[in-house]
Amino acid sequence: MSSQLPHLVAPAGSLRALTLAIDAGADAVYLGLKNATNARNFAGLNFEEAQVREGVAYAHARGRQVLMALNTYADALDETPWHAAVDAAAELGADALIVADSAVLAYAHAQHPALRLHLSVQASATSHAAIEFYRQRYGIQRAVLPRVLTLQQVQQVIRNTEVEIEVFGFGSLCVMVEGRCALSSYATGQSPNTAGVCSPPAAVQWLEGPDGVEARLAGVLIDRYGPQEPRGYPTLCKGRFSVGDSAAAGHAPGNAADYALEEPTSLNTLALLPQLVASGVRAIKIEGRQRSPSYVAGVTRVWRQALDSLAGGGRYSVQPAWQQELGRWAEGQQSTLGAFDRPWR
Amino acid sequence: MNDNLATKRIDLTVGPLQYWWPRAQMLAFYAELAEGPADCLVLGEVCCSRRNEFSLADWLDLGRDLQACGKQVRLATLPLVMSEAELRGVRRIAEQTEFSIEAGDASALQAWSEQPGATRRPLVLGPQLNLYSAGALREALREGPDISTWVAPLELALDAVARINPAGPGRRVATEVFGFGRMPLAFSARCFTARHHRLSKDQCEFRCRDDADGLLLRSSEGQAFLALNGISTQSADLHCLITQLPQLRSAGVDRLRLSPCSQGFAEVLQLFEAVLNQGAPAAPALARLRQLPLPGALVDGFARRQPGMREIDHV
Repeated sequence: MSSQLPHLVAPAGSLRALTLAIDAGADAVYLGLKNATNARNFAGLNFEEAQVREGVAYAHARGRQVLMALNTYADALDETPWHAAVDAAAELGADALIVADSAVLAYAHAQHPALRLHLSVQASATSHAAIEFYRQRYGIQRAVLPRVLTLQQVQQVIRNTEVEIEVFGFGSLCVMVEGRCALSSYATGQSPNTAGVCSPPAAVQWLEGPDGVEARLAGVLIDRYGPQEPRGYPTLCKGRFSVGDSAAAGHAPGNAADYALEEPTSLNTLALLPQLVASGVRAIKIEGRQRSPSYVAGVTRVWRQALDSLAGGGRYSVQPAWQQELGRWAEGQQSTLGAFDRPWR
Repeated sequence: MNDNLATKRIDLTVGPLQYWWPRAQMLAFYAELAEGPADCLVLGEVCCSRRNEFSLADWLDLGRDLQACGKQVRLATLPLVMSEAELRGVRRIAEQTEFSIEAGDASALQAWSEQPGATRRPLVLGPQLNLYSAGALREALREGPDISTWVAPLELALDAVARINPAGPGRRVATEVFGFGRMPLAFSARCFTARHHRLSKDQCEFRCRDDADGLLLRSSEGQAFLALNGISTQSADLHCLITQLPQLRSAGVDRLRLSPCSQGFAEVLQLFEAVLNQGAPAAPALARLRQLPLPGALVDGFARRQPGMREIDHV
């Protein structure tokens, strides 16, 4: 059983976040360019090429890595931005590309055979057979597992593949399997696969209504907040809806509406870290390129301490200070182990 | 030649059943389709591996019956493969030598690619494989000359479909597009039907059997929005391309996929057959569709590069 300490992979939506992540102890940061080639395609976020160069220099000077997320699907109308992004990543000195689309994998593998390829979570590879498909054809060296597998299933994958496995450790939670969700485009015309966005801000409306503040996405009422209620971003799957007969019987505003798909919670697997490491997980990913540099610094620091405490060989225990710090950054102020322990099983 | 293109039949594919219907209802449904205009039927469980009333042997038997009635038959694999048992199920479908296999994920592609070329059945590239560009389709086609059909991702517009697999001499596979029914928009490890009934997934009491077309989810002001179907989340409204014949033709669509619903489906097939292949006008057919006891309204936004829930424009 491998007890090699996994890499801590932190998000960076800006150069500031990148440097803070490195200073806080990330082994690698992942980032994207300012366009639809990555799945956090939001205004004011992400990197110009010159900033990538600067970030790579900062990381490499400290012995750390920069991974470039190129994890959307090339557009049928014009595939060239994805090819250009691959070329840019190679030229700028990225240590690996995180890719979902087989067209992009093929291009990178053919044009830049020395460049490491990581299979993005957006490729929805949930079995060792699926991972083997990509390894045989494109030489992927790591796969990021979707956040739907149990710990036992993660272990099963690791036992049956020679590809390094990366899992999500902390951050907001997609309840749907990544790369297989068209809910956002159903409502707004834009989805993670096609545009690198989910529930895009341009489609969001906040309206003052008789029953409180309404959050709408493309006109659909996603949630409604009373005066004292904390408000969340109206991500489609995290809204409050009515299900089945209770709704048909009479849909008085606010009647019987509940979180039908997913409550706004954060993934937090700190308690499972020893099992993840013992299972041979090679990298732990922190979600949140769209979050602030202070989030990145705070969360990365906690995970660095947790990993280092494991390396010491002593008895691992989750420190209250760690949970307190992570709690500050958790979406919805609640956290869950996600699919890893299947609380809903 | 243009005439030929304009009159070429658009085959009707009946997509895999998304719901868990009682065995008798399901057999009656397929018996009725055996007599109807469908060219091809996709069989197999594509939602939840816990739905075990119909085994692979049962699907194979049904497939043989349908084939004997002159229908083409495909076996689909799960779109979300998480356990070793599910992976074994995928492999068994790849290993059978009677029917085409419709790959639901990369596990299925891998399992199919490991089969001996002499005995393996043709492959259909399923709609969940995320082939969004000509480059991605080209990569998939490298798997072998025995790939028959590409099913476009749900959210792909028809103009993109045309670019990805253009009609013409160099073309290698048929294009199939989702043309009717509630759309499976997302998949999860969690069962939303069980969650709604406050049951755990492993003791779900198979409550999804109560919802022949899924469980409607409304916004809190009553707008029908989505439908819960086990681990799958569907659109409440039904995608419907019956008014899009010219666009289907110019996109090079060879097959239109119609997804089963519990009532009126045989007539849905007849209406699509009349409009797509017998010159019947679309407007009265659409009006008739709207009179049928379908589970939701009719939309077609995805085909037009619009939000998927956008209603059909005035014809």
